[in-house]
Amino acid sequence: MTQISLRHQVIRIYKDLLYLGREYPLGYDYFRPRLHKAFAARAGLTNEEEIKRGIQRAEFVKKEIETMYYLKRYRTLRHRYDKPQI
Amino acid sequence: MSSLRILVPVKRVIDYAIKPRVNKTQTAVETAGVKHSMNPFDELSVEEAVRIRERKVPVEDIVAISAGPTKAQDVLRTAMAMGCDRAIHVEIPTDKGEPDLEPLGVAKMLKAVVEKEKRNLVILGKQSIDDDANQTGQMLAGLLNWPQATQASKVDVEGEQVTVTREVDGGVETLSAKLPMIITTDLRLNEPRFASLPNIMKAKKKKLDKMTLQDLGVDATRRLKTVKVTEPAPRKGGGKVDSVDGLIGKLKELGAL
Repeated sequence: MTQISLRHQVIRIYKDLLYLGREYPLGYDYFRPRLHKAFAARAGLTNEEEIKRGIQRAEFVKKEIETMYYLKRYRTLRHRYDKPQI
Repeated sequence: MSSLRILVPVKRVIDYAIKPRVNKTQTAVETAGVKHSMNPFDELSVEEAVRIRERKVPVEDIVAISAGPTKAQDVLRTAMAMGCDRAIHVEIPTDKGEPDLEPLGVAKMLKAVVEKEKRNLVILGKQSIDDDANQTGQMLAGLLNWPQATQASKVDVEGEQVTVTREVDGGVETLSAKLPMIITTDLRLNEPRFASLPNIMKAKKKKLDKMTLQDLGVDATRRLKTVKVTEPAPRKGGGKVDSVDGLIGKLKELGAL
């Protein structure tokens, strides 16, 4: 598999996060500007190592959001369908 | 050793996080303009089918199927993005905005598809979060005369033999049966993956066949009529107490102390 350029990696993780943000509990309008600011703050980076670290952090945040969504859904369904009998 | 040909029925329902509202005529839940997504239990079944293949069990293909209006195709695309190879959409005309289908009708339709596509394993969600019928899997097993394991929390496939751990009241039950069989999923089966953007793009190229109930020779007329739908009574508010003495006083009043 060819190595995608760093620029494209950044764009890809940004798009993935934007897609995930649509279901953010506080709303897409809350998520989108904050995501944009977070990326814009690091837009001037030129050091390759720092860019890679930034991408890794973005991937980490993506995993955290996915896990949060999963947990929220699991807890809601568990509460709804497996209510412990008193 | 025969390979698995899995069928995964999925349903497009109101998103689990939305609070449903009853419509003005009190005959159904309001669905117009409301966010819809795949039934969470069906996500578990798609995930399980994909995981079975990832565990190196020989799987010939995984077919997702949904019955409903055109919008049901969104859910099929999600299923294919999660890993299904192709999808079948059975177009159902809507009756007052609701697909005109009951669990028995779905089971009859699935039986026709199973026979047509020569499936040997059907994994369904145990119930849908809108109807909460918990009937389709069992009815399908009855119609096909196949063994079934419902509320599965663990599935192991070894050749023709399938071992399923079921969640039952008071614990778990382990069943073993030979293919072909029906499995319905419980919440604890797995953690469904998120359909990532690249997978969704790839899913657009996968095959999606369209069929009608007439093509399958199925008669799925409704036998039940919904008489009334009402919201549950609102919760009575609690009262606030000022101090521990107040709390004790209140508990004595209620006869709890």
